[in-house]
Amino acid sequence: MENEDVKLFNFWVSPFGKRVEWALKLKDVKYDYVEEDIFNKSNLLLQLNPVHKKVPVLVYSCVQLPPPFAVPNIVHAHKPIAESLIIVEYIDETWKHYPLLPRHPHHKAHARFWATTVEQKLGKAGWVAMSRSGEEQEKALKEANDIIEKIEEEIKGKKYFGGENIGYLDVALGWIAYLVPVWEEVGSMKMIEPLKFPGITSWMTNFLSHPVIKDTLPPRDKMLLYYHNRRNNSQNLHKV
Amino acid sequence: MAEIKLHGFWYSPFTWRVKWTLELKGISYENIEEDRFNMSTQLFQYNPVYKRTPVLIHDRKPICESMIIVEYIDQIWPHNPLIPTDSYEKSQAQFWVKYADDMIFAVESIVRSNNGEEKEKAIEKIWEYLRVVEVQCFNDEKNFFGGDTINIVDIAFGSIVKFLEVLEDALGVKVLEYEKFPHFHSWYNNFKNTPIIKENLPDQSKMVAFLKFTLFVMPFTSVTTLSCIGI
Repeated sequence: MENEDVKLFNFWVSPFGKRVEWALKLKDVKYDYVEEDIFNKSNLLLQLNPVHKKVPVLVYSCVQLPPPFAVPNIVHAHKPIAESLIIVEYIDETWKHYPLLPRHPHHKAHARFWATTVEQKLGKAGWVAMSRSGEEQEKALKEANDIIEKIEEEIKGKKYFGGENIGYLDVALGWIAYLVPVWEEVGSMKMIEPLKFPGITSWMTNFLSHPVIKDTLPPRDKMLLYYHNRRNNSQNLHKV
Repeated sequence: MAEIKLHGFWYSPFTWRVKWTLELKGISYENIEEDRFNMSTQLFQYNPVYKRTPVLIHDRKPICESMIIVEYIDQIWPHNPLIPTDSYEKSQAQFWVKYADDMIFAVESIVRSNNGEEKEKAIEKIWEYLRVVEVQCFNDEKNFFGGDTINIVDIAFGSIVKFLEVLEDALGVKVLEYEKFPHFHSWYNNFKNTPIIKENLPDQSKMVAFLKFTLFVMPFTSVTTLSCIGI
């Protein structure tokens, strides 16, 4: 007999934490959500992730109780895991229902490659495009466009990156679906033109309307306010 | 058996990672040395996003990015495993691999630095990383990050430390202050003296000559990443 306890330490607007939430919900794993203020981190978070001191952190505790008449042997594992994509892979291995990662090694490697590549390239370019203006923004938009073109090729002809069902790459890239439109509004710019990128646009609609995903998104007005503040801070820092 | 080819650079720590993995598992492969000034069109087709090495071709399919390749190899050829089978231990190993890769930005800062002060700051940044590893990874007595045997974390860090050794000689700087990081030092000695790793380390003087040539024929300000110097 096992008693599982799963806790997710996260910050409401974090796209990294959102990946973990999606993985848990798609697999119907019960968990406790613990909201962390990243501008005023708890001592507990600093203990759970002493290296980076960041969210998300998944803590998995498993109490194994002995069967009746067996020698008492309680095993308690209190396991914090950090880094969102690593957490998603851990979740996928621990709870087998609704597999996320492709089984074939080449497809798995391909999905991992795109998850980290898009995060590095579009995450950075998108942030700059959202928070800066003028030449800096233009340069970032050009860089964003290059990687978005590649994503368009990847999604062509598919409902999700995972095929007929949401897979690892959808979870990894899902932030694009709900966050890019917010960034576009905050930065007064356009990264994903529907006519230019019909595949991605269609995927965004499919992803956001999925029954598990649609109720998980942070409120749009709250996100707009948050990112407007981040943009203002960024611009002020730049002036200094 | 499907053919295996590795497109790489003899001087790149990212290529070393894949080579070491193939050698540790005794896998036969064809080594294709790419010319950084004249990279093959094949390479650009295999890696259109980054246009860089290493790229592993297995059964005519490309796999890119060094540690993704290493995990792929371990999955296809599970003997002499490099990745823990326990999911939690695996997640911890993957965490430290990512940490090693984050350290590469600090290594690039040394290469990019324009004066002594910047260089010192960059070196101190690396020390911060090594301090964390010294405290977090070596609580108990073990020869390698993987315990008694090499694992993906050893491969990831080993390549960067070897490159730092070369950088120290090429630039005349001291980065690996081992008296500050005794456990890390002990680990690296174990790692580089493991027979298969030792046989597959690049020649130090050849590497130093290569790096000096590369760094001093290109203006420092144009070097932004190790990729720019074809690493």
